[in-house]
Amino acid sequence: MNHWIIAPILLPAVVAPFIIMVIRYHRDLQRVFSVASVVALNLIALVLLAQAMDGTIGVYELGDWPAPFGIVLVLDRLSAMMVLLTTLLALAVVLYAIGSGWDTRGRHFHALFQFQLMGVLGAFLTGDAFNLFVFFEVLLIASYGLMIHGGGATRLRAGVQYVVYNLLGSSLFLIALGTLYSVTGTLNMADLAVRVAELPAEDTALLRVGAVLLLLVFAIKAAVLPLHFWLPASYANAPMPVAALFAIMSKVGGYAILRMYTLVFGPDLAVTDGLVGDWLLPAALLTLAAGSIGVLGARELGRLVAFSAIASMGTLLIAISLFTPQAATAALYYVIHSTFATAMMFLVADLVIERRGGALIPTPPMPQGGLVAALFFAGAIALAGMPPLSGFVGKLLVMDAARDSDQVWTVWAVILVTSLITIVGMARAGSILFWKAHDHSVLPPDPPEHTDDGAPVAADLAPEPVPGLAFVPVFALLTALVALTVLAGPAMRYTEATAAQLFAPADYIETVLQRPGS
Amino acid sequence: MELLLASAVGILTASGIYLILRQRSFPVIIGLSLLSYAVNLFLFATGRLALNQPPILNKYAEAAYTDPLPQALVLTAIVISFGMTAVVVMIALSAYLSARNDRIDMTDETGEDA
Repeated sequence: MNHWIIAPILLPAVVAPFIIMVIRYHRDLQRVFSVASVVALNLIALVLLAQAMDGTIGVYELGDWPAPFGIVLVLDRLSAMMVLLTTLLALAVVLYAIGSGWDTRGRHFHALFQFQLMGVLGAFLTGDAFNLFVFFEVLLIASYGLMIHGGGATRLRAGVQYVVYNLLGSSLFLIALGTLYSVTGTLNMADLAVRVAELPAEDTALLRVGAVLLLLVFAIKAAVLPLHFWLPASYANAPMPVAALFAIMSKVGGYAILRMYTLVFGPDLAVTDGLVGDWLLPAALLTLAAGSIGVLGARELGRLVAFSAIASMGTLLIAISLFTPQAATAALYYVIHSTFATAMMFLVADLVIERRGGALIPTPPMPQGGLVAALFFAGAIALAGMPPLSGFVGKLLVMDAARDSDQVWTVWAVILVTSLITIVGMARAGSILFWKAHDHSVLPPDPPEHTDDGAPVAADLAPEPVPGLAFVPVFALLTALVALTVLAGPAMRYTEATAAQLFAPADYIETVLQRPGS
Repeated sequence: MELLLASAVGILTASGIYLILRQRSFPVIIGLSLLSYAVNLFLFATGRLALNQPPILNKYAEAAYTDPLPQALVLTAIVISFGMTAVVVMIALSAYLSARNDRIDMTDETGEDA
């Protein structure tokens, strides 16, 4: 059996308790182990990608119980890509957290970070619906800890809201899984696909309920309108490096939609035909619109980036909800872009907030203002989808994929108009942050004793940040965006092969259930 | 039996949702607990209701049995919801102690955004 598949889950599961129990008082050792673990995860992800590249589907049976009786982990092109995306993002975030000193502003940052990675990677690899729920809970419980890292009254209150919202989502998830189990008698995704296809058409009312409930759960995670209310307050009040890591968490929702609704409730399935696409597309369009209007209306930098994250989820879900191989190709390209761009923007926002606070009002120039302004400009271009960065390529692909849809004019109009609104919003924020600072009428504000949330101001607290290291991950993410643009050809070939694999699930089902071709 | 279980799930869910909509940490946490009880009962019933049956297949006789898998699922769900309740109690408590306000919708007493 190929043991590489479980390595991305085992490694953080071992490193995190080790950090808590053995080296809890050694800050430098914690940093070394955390970075080493993330680097190792990157290497593992590369091995997995190499294995999945040629289209083989790897199956890992936990405890050697054959599917559908045991839990399986499944590695296909989509899983391998998402795992690598997560580990690359994690490397940038952990370096930034160390470089900016964020990891020392509360306890157990690195341990929680490893648990969070374990949950995310597990969710991408599992082939069992209930196991997906368990990994969702693992990543959520770690994210609760990370979300309130560093403390402060506003952050804690936002944390309560975030936890309560997600607990409700988890209850809904269990109800959906229970409904599916009561109809099909299985929770293995491949087996579900077989059983659902065999159900007689008149016996599917409960199944449709289950399918819609499951979509609701994933829509909460993906922050689809009207279930997006948790996201702006949570992301804007979380520590910015943590928010950058959360950029992959909303993608977990998108991934789960793509996985479940191509494999189990596929586009060819008569009983759930039109159930998903018809609802998801208008919701995705509204999400995109709400996100970009939020960018324009935000009065605080953290919220601005959080709303742009919602907008990019909207674009991604438009592509997913078309449910054609071409649209899935565009969606997979866009998911890479959107993860890196959103994370980069959160890190740039942290650079700005550390220097002058997050409110979008003119203040005197900040140190290293030119460099930060250049990074903000690059990130804004990427998020708004302007050339020359990959956001432009991504949006072009999504629009091209929508060309055969009945809704083509609505989709094009919404994408183009919201891009314009986002550009205006970003330009407004950028000029307030960086240009109005040089206006001589701006007076320096009284030095604040405390920030809004009651925490002491960052400058007094930040313990000896490693100079310059904070900029390295931001530039690395920018480089990743440039590389994604330059290497758009090879990236597209991979996502095209991935989409082809997703829309031909027979291979996946046969491999997991180990049935000779029936 | 079916009526009893279904109405228990329904009443627990309804009370849970009512309490969550109160938007104060204590009722919300109680509401979440009630909701998780409702979910556990519901999960239990997904294997069909069978009274006094062993959760084992007997290969010597065509004996009736009850589905063991939902019981395992309920066990997992109970453990997870217990842990989550502990976490939310801790976070809500520290939020209340630092902000002196137990509303969970990020507005203060006067309805202004915090």
